[in-house]
Amino acid sequence: MRKCSLDKLDLVFAEIAKNAELYLPVDGSDGGAVYQKWTEGTKRSEKLNTVKSPKDFFFPQTEDLMAFKTEGKSIDVIDTRKAAEDFVVFGVRACDVKAFDVLDRVFMVEPQDSYYTTKREHGVIIALACNKPSETCFCKTFGIDPKEPMGDISAWETDSEIFFKANNEKGEALLSKLSGLLADCADDAADAQKEKIDAIMDKLPLKGLTTEGFGGGKTEELFNRPEWAELSESCLGCGTCTFVCPTCQCYDIKDFNTGNGVLRYRCWDSCMYSDFTKMAHGNNRLTQKERFRQRFMHKLVYYPENNDGLFSCVGCGRCLAKCPISMNIAKVMKKMGGKASE
Amino acid sequence: MNNVAETLIPKIGVITDVRIDTPDIKTFRVVTRDGKKAFDHRPGQCAMLSVPGVGEAMFSITSSPTNEEYMEFSIKKCGCVTEWLHQAEVGQEITIRGPYGNPFPVDDVFAGKNMLFIAGGVGLAPLRSVINYCRHYRDRYGSIDIVYGSRSKDDLLDYKEIIDEWATDSGVNVHLTIDNAQEGWDGHVGFVPNYVKELGFSTDKTAVLCGPPIMIKFTLEGLCAMGFDKTQIYTTLELRMKCGVGKCGRCNVGSKYVCKDGPVFRCDELDELPDEY
Amino acid sequence: MQTITRQTLLDKAVSLLNSGAVTCVLGWKKGEFDYDITPAIFRSAEDLEANFVWNDFCGANFSKYLVAKTDRLDGKMLVFLKPCDTYSFNQLLTEHRFDREKVYAVGIPCEGMADIAKIKAITGDGISSIACDEKISVTTLYADAPVVIDSKDVLLERCENCKSKKHVAYDELLCEEGETIDSNRFDEVARLEAMTPDERFAFWQNELSRCIRCNACRDACPACTCEKCVFDNPKSGVENKAPANSFEEKLFHIIRAYHVAGRCTDCGECSRVCPQNIPLHLLNRKFIKDINEFYGEYQAGEEVGSRAPLVNYTQDDIEPGDVFNRGGDNNA
Repeated sequence: MRKCSLDKLDLVFAEIAKNAELYLPVDGSDGGAVYQKWTEGTKRSEKLNTVKSPKDFFFPQTEDLMAFKTEGKSIDVIDTRKAAEDFVVFGVRACDVKAFDVLDRVFMVEPQDSYYTTKREHGVIIALACNKPSETCFCKTFGIDPKEPMGDISAWETDSEIFFKANNEKGEALLSKLSGLLADCADDAADAQKEKIDAIMDKLPLKGLTTEGFGGGKTEELFNRPEWAELSESCLGCGTCTFVCPTCQCYDIKDFNTGNGVLRYRCWDSCMYSDFTKMAHGNNRLTQKERFRQRFMHKLVYYPENNDGLFSCVGCGRCLAKCPISMNIAKVMKKMGGKASE
Repeated sequence: MNNVAETLIPKIGVITDVRIDTPDIKTFRVVTRDGKKAFDHRPGQCAMLSVPGVGEAMFSITSSPTNEEYMEFSIKKCGCVTEWLHQAEVGQEITIRGPYGNPFPVDDVFAGKNMLFIAGGVGLAPLRSVINYCRHYRDRYGSIDIVYGSRSKDDLLDYKEIIDEWATDSGVNVHLTIDNAQEGWDGHVGFVPNYVKELGFSTDKTAVLCGPPIMIKFTLEGLCAMGFDKTQIYTTLELRMKCGVGKCGRCNVGSKYVCKDGPVFRCDELDELPDEY
Repeated sequence: MQTITRQTLLDKAVSLLNSGAVTCVLGWKKGEFDYDITPAIFRSAEDLEANFVWNDFCGANFSKYLVAKTDRLDGKMLVFLKPCDTYSFNQLLTEHRFDREKVYAVGIPCEGMADIAKIKAITGDGISSIACDEKISVTTLYADAPVVIDSKDVLLERCENCKSKKHVAYDELLCEEGETIDSNRFDEVARLEAMTPDERFAFWQNELSRCIRCNACRDACPACTCEKCVFDNPKSGVENKAPANSFEEKLFHIIRAYHVAGRCTDCGECSRVCPQNIPLHLLNRKFIKDINEFYGEYQAGEEVGSRAPLVNYTQDDIEPGDVFNRGGDNNA
């Protein structure tokens, strides 16, 4: 483990930024935190987490896939993929790091999505333990420990110091470049801070939320439950939960006529939208109840069924904070699953 | 620029023939610019065709893999991409990627079996591939029965091929029907599920169904009433798709992705899926 | 703090439900915390007793729900309406969007609703409980003592600039008849109007660049009740989801503002629900301010059946040339 005092952190950032673009959460003009490129003088946010998740780094909301030139009856495909540059993201929370695992299992299985994979290979994640979890946090429900964030490098922060530990070669390579700024320290140097985090975790209101009753093989049991009607009753059908979610991965592919050719791009899509499954001759999910159910069944049943029991929710709490009607996965789990133990 | 393979980036296909099959179905023959097949496929698999600026959509490959010269797609006019294609002329380039999805188990499960194919309307398109495959390797299969129905005589897909080739094959029985009586039609009149019941098939067959959902539903009930087990019956599904490789989430039903785990399903497998397809 | 109590509303709802006068109640349902309240339809007294809430976090405007939720309803639905909600209610009636006979509207007083984001800006994250009494008392995981906040300091923007305490529609009123208020709601619009076009463009570019095209503003908007929205049509080229370029998202909001101009009652739901805190209401208020200035004061939803100036020709209407000339390039 290595460390430096917090007042030297800007020097660490400057050193990192010499070789790669560095991104970190800063306060946006609206008060919410947002990932931004670091430059001299950038002040990092004190907020627990960003409004939008860091999935944009690997799976941006819109992304060009290719371009076409058409002339008469002929078409040319233009590969617009660019060589990726190395970049570093500082301050990713344990939940969001776990969300990358969830996305990896979609985009990096055969046939690999080259757009995602390339960016994933070039990104270094410095994950930061959560000193002040929010009431909306329930990462522990999904086996995530906010005091042990994974990523290429894990970091812990106290009032005066910051500690770093590399978790793989990529992380080690970055830390070794910072050796002039970091001092070696014992592996248990951050333990006092970890204990403080544990103490807070015990007090979180959603600490008893359990995945009992969910997981692979539960389709038959859950799909036709009457509670879906009540839970979805006031759902507006907007895409807020989907778009702030670090694990939602559905996308649309669309063509845009640039006036000088055609750009084919993809963009996030939402199973909450009425046209998500609409075909020219019908729609297999006609009402909001069915769309709402799909989102939660996918996260809590279908995805784990296909991915060794891994749930595709990481308990980041963004949907709890942002849903216009305050309906969210925690409420769904409490209503449909095992009761929370106090 | 990046040299990594990317399934979303398509090849160029050239339309070399357009056949008007019915008032709203045309069959397009597609090859690459150098006159070859874009890729090899198995019966029941699909391809993503696109017209840049209009959109991309999934179509079943209606030609048999045994056709080594070209691929064919029978396409019904019912949306942006299909409307555009219906106006396309020979020589028009489109994009093509694939093959996607699981094929019919023609070489293992179907081998040695008596086959019963039941199709309605444009639902014959995915079955034509497997029917012609079975006809090509005729000695590998037992008897072949084909029940095919459509709204009218003019709506029967591949009518010439059915009459001139399928119906003249030995050991192949073709049973055609149309929904309503029509001048110039002396064949059977009535809906496919009823016709299947009237014909009454022995349960030593493996059945393959494709057609509108309502036809599938009643035909399946009819076959089960005759004593067929759902493990003997196969069908192929169609849902909205964007990526074709189980990532974009459109065609997700239960833990399956129709593009990747289907489109071919055995009917007992469908029972395990939520009723959303 | 609200002047009417939960118990009063609960008693009213239970008695109407038990008497059979209504078959269900559209109200606020308690959440996991003290502030995450969900609009819900209650069908039994037990459900009401257990889950109905009324406090400073009942901001949601129920009027739009009446369109879908009363469509095939047997009997009547009781809906609680705050003064501002009644304007949306009337506007929807003007547009024949729901059947008035299916609704029993109970007007309730409102002292302004709290904005949880503003509270968190004071207290920080980690709220364990919020008590809404005389003042708002917030207990957090990280402070030893509760933080006590004057509710006037943490009002939703629309409540800070409340335009009316008057209920313009109801079957029954649980309070005194209120008055409309001379609010300062156009001050911010005036500030934008005073900017140079470049400044104003920069302002909106900064705000709208945060848009994630979740459509929450549209989906919550009581003026947006088209059964098929142009932004849901794949053939429109401006379908929901992400923009093809950074200008398209601005177009989305501007098209929407035009579409609701003259019909927007300034209920503020668009800004309340925006996950990115974009002050969308300012676009609508600009239209309201202009309409007031060009055609005389008009408040959408004040009266059922009133003809909005933009769809009502009179010989006194302002000439297009006058509109064009009024402020040169300083027009928003």
